[in-house]
Amino acid sequence: MKVRFWGTRGSLATPGIDTLRYGGNTSCAQIVGDEGTVIVLDAGTGIRDMTKSFSPKLRRVDVLLSHLHMDHIQGLGFFYALYNPDMEVHIWGPASPTLDLRSRLMRYLSPPLFPVHLRDLPCKLHIHDGVQFNVEIGEFKVSSWQVCHPGPTVGYRIEGAHGTVAYMPDHEPVLGGVRFLADRDWISGMSVADKVDLLIHDSQYTEEEYAHRLGWGHSSMKQAMEFARIAEVGALAPFHHDPTHKDDDLERMLQSAIDQVRPGFPVTPAMEGLTLDVKKR
Amino acid sequence: MAQKDIELILMRQLASCLATPVFLVDPKGNLVFYNEHAEPILGRRYEETGPMPVEVWSSMFHPMDEFDQEMLPSDLPLVMALRYHRPAHKRFWIRGLDGIKRQIEVTAFPLIGQSMELVGAVSMFAEVME
Repeated sequence: MKVRFWGTRGSLATPGIDTLRYGGNTSCAQIVGDEGTVIVLDAGTGIRDMTKSFSPKLRRVDVLLSHLHMDHIQGLGFFYALYNPDMEVHIWGPASPTLDLRSRLMRYLSPPLFPVHLRDLPCKLHIHDGVQFNVEIGEFKVSSWQVCHPGPTVGYRIEGAHGTVAYMPDHEPVLGGVRFLADRDWISGMSVADKVDLLIHDSQYTEEEYAHRLGWGHSSMKQAMEFARIAEVGALAPFHHDPTHKDDDLERMLQSAIDQVRPGFPVTPAMEGLTLDVKKR
Repeated sequence: MAQKDIELILMRQLASCLATPVFLVDPKGNLVFYNEHAEPILGRRYEETGPMPVEVWSSMFHPMDEFDQEMLPSDLPLVMALRYHRPAHKRFWIRGLDGIKRQIEVTAFPLIGQSMELVGAVSMFAEVME
């Protein structure tokens, strides 16, 4: 399977000269299976360009939403598959205790925030809400678990015949603690990430920034590497880059965390346009 | 691998940060954690006891009512919170694992997760010093 990043930025789209290398679009990644199954991870502003890469023969696409913060759904209205009557679009994501996913999405996809109503989209739209999925999507087995981030938020595990990917763009597994607990089953996200070939994980802050943002729902670069090591992953793609971090800042953070954690696996920061080939170890 | 429900994980993290004694159980009532401030009242460190089945912990502290009668597990606030999915409150006596008898006041409430399923229950308590 191949993973391509279309948006890697967290919180707010940040186009400009300082983010040219890693990109300024918000969270969106695409998984394409060996048999052509297309899964979209989140619908940040990066999703708009992604649609152009679709084969004209593609008839089904599944969008997995980790949660409904704006940086993860803002591109949804510009996801052209939604306007194609021949396309079957499945949107998966967490409901809240009081509203189903459709109702939650309608808060954005309706005036005055957006001119088009969700109900008026011409595609064949299927909305699946829940927090613990265990489903087959084309050639993939997809499962989800709730993870530690403000509001209903899930992490996704996508298993193919030749590799497994975990996606947790917004995740604060050490919340309130100074270190990870020794028992892995007490660590948020461990079911999602356990021994995957590629982990795409929140790494928004430096250690100093994290100390001032406890409870905001994100991890430091160092915590992301430590979490990946505990989960025994094959490779890590740090993701959800802070909008205040320039490309050079990001590379300094990366090197500093590598020096401290010394991970025994490749660490490749998510970069807009980058495609990773995921294979079983 | 199976991780604990996120609500239990968050409750344990909160309990670890509190000076209020906290006792946490899973949906079956099995003890999964009590915090550092519960340890002097229960008479043993959590690291020493570890997790315990409900039938073990509900009797090992010898809960007794004001008439010095042994209480049934079903009368304990935590068990009531689990069974009826509502908060429960009671004052009673226990004998800690250090052998000392203490009066405690307990408030227990169920943990119902975002998916509206019971994921456990928690009791917050204090020793009655009057």
